Amino acid sequence: MLLKHLHLVHFKNHSGADVSLGPQVNCFLGDNGSGKTNVLDAVHYLCFCKSYFNPIDGQNIAHGEPFMLVQGDFERLEVEERVSCGVKRGAKKQFKRNDKPYTRLADHIGRFPAVMIAPDDAALIQEGSEMRRKWMDAVISQYDRAYLDALIDVNKSLVQRNALLRYFAENRTFDASLLAPWDARIAPKAAVIAKARKAFVDDFLPGFLSTYAEISGGAEEVGLSLTTHVNDDPEAIAAKMHQAQDEDRRLRRTTVGIHKDDVVFTLGTHALKRFGSQGQQKSFVVALRLAQLAFIEQATGVKPILLLDDIFDKIDEKRVEALMKRVTNGTFGQVFITDTHLGRIPDMFASTGADVRVFEVHQGEVKVQTPSKA
Amino acid sequence: MYVLPRWSHPAILYLRPVQLPSRLIEAAVDQMATLPGIGRRTALRLVLHMLARDEDRVRDFAEAMVAMRSGVKPCGTCHNPTEEETCNLCANPHRDDATVCVVEDVRDLLALESIGEYRGLYHVLGGVISPMDGVGPADLTVDALVSRAAEGGIKEIILALPASMEGDTTAFYLAKRLVESECMLTTLARGVSVGEALQYADEATLSSSLLNRLPYKG
Ligand SMILES: [Zn+2]
Repeated sequence: MLLKHLHLVHFKNHSGADVSLGPQVNCFLGDNGSGKTNVLDAVHYLCFCKSYFNPIDGQNIAHGEPFMLVQGDFERLEVEERVSCGVKRGAKKQFKRNDKPYTRLADHIGRFPAVMIAPDDAALIQEGSEMRRKWMDAVISQYDRAYLDALIDVNKSLVQRNALLRYFAENRTFDASLLAPWDARIAPKAAVIAKARKAFVDDFLPGFLSTYAEISGGAEEVGLSLTTHVNDDPEAIAAKMHQAQDEDRRLRRTTVGIHKDDVVFTLGTHALKRFGSQGQQKSFVVALRLAQLAFIEQATGVKPILLLDDIFDKIDEKRVEALMKRVTNGTFGQVFITDTHLGRIPDMFASTGADVRVFEVHQGEVKVQTPSKA
Repeated sequence: MYVLPRWSHPAILYLRPVQLPSRLIEAAVDQMATLPGIGRRTALRLVLHMLARDEDRVRDFAEAMVAMRSGVKPCGTCHNPTEEETCNLCANPHRDDATVCVVEDVRDLLALESIGEYRGLYHVLGGVISPMDGVGPADLTVDALVSRAAEGGIKEIILALPASMEGDTTAFYLAKRLVESECMLTTLARGVSVGEALQYADEATLSSSLLNRLPYKG
């Protein structure tokens, strides 16, 4: 899959940009704050219907402007497709594919897969289980539509069920027959999710381990596993929810379910979070993202776009160089990469024959530096 | 014609709250803004529109509202709004009183009536169960429906609730409550709309259509 052209209007600090992109490496050079990362974020918008950095659409509109537009021309499975996202202040965003607005944004997810590696990725290791569930959900949603539907449904049902538990507590009342419809709604969908998560972790692990070994030089043993209190049997889930009723009443929220799952990252026999060095943690996250790219391609048959923001902050130049060999050997498809050093990335590719396009970004303006092969 | 003064231009109001020139206007705007879907900007536009009208027409408007509110009450049987004890649907001897169709609100009842094919009666629930909006069975006409079913005489209850999560869970709850009535419970079919191309139907609709497919009748 390729993004051939990107058109930005009032997106973040880009008042207007028209960028024709190359099929392999697209390199955006500029100082911090120049807007180079925003170009990657625009691609993220087109693939995931939202910003990687700021989930509030209105806050991605350039300061003082009434609207923004991000538009991309893709080539996917040999078909040209146009995706656009327009946001007006105070209005709901308009997300369109081939000029037809989506009624449900979930219908778009997974059609144009991408993987982003950004500096704030360490949060995936450091923060609570929600981050890791979101990561897992995002990957699975790229290839499993039923999963995303079930997830949206369970999350909404949980909001309702928890509101009911709060109502019971606040009014010192209880009625099990009011909980029952929500349990009946949640259990079968939670089972779909539990099954997909287990399959994902099992299938993902081997590719991840080999990617980590490659990136880190293979010195230490790492691991990744799913912790959960539920299995894929709807009746068992319903029974567990029923058993937890007293606890739920006491804590005023649903205490059992797929919303309690976590993915545990390990280094040897220890938790990566506590025992991994900063370097090990960074390598871990990069390996996770790269394995994710290969996994999504395998599952969907579409090679995702790789977005690398400030990759040199994560792994050293030698490893980046080794990584970039994957562009020429065809492991990676289209790559978008940002850097503050002029020339560093083009030099890496100088002898490879890869198609490298270099863009200089300055105060939201994107200028082509070399429109041909490096 | 009352001309909109410069200072009350909506864009200005949007930026910062402005003192309105009259407390009476302000009170009217406050009232108007209590309506669903009406923000303060729209409320002001509507109030200024009223101000520009003949006083008699405004009085007609206000009186129609008050007369409607005091003269209309829910039907004692089905909760459809009526000026009588019993609504004209329930009072109609030609309708089939062994079939009751449960709808969320009057608009759904009117939609079903507009087809002109349904001959049974209705039960207007007055909403669907949604804990996050503070709506439980006690806020709806659930008990009335259960006792209506317990009285006997009803053979079929059609649950024509919205195809949403809240509609579904309300149907689930009603089904449990209606078990003892021994009425046959049915629900509206869900599938591809009439005239809709399969390729444009969303996946949930398509899979429901496939799951609930019908014998071909030619
Ligand atoms: Zn009636």
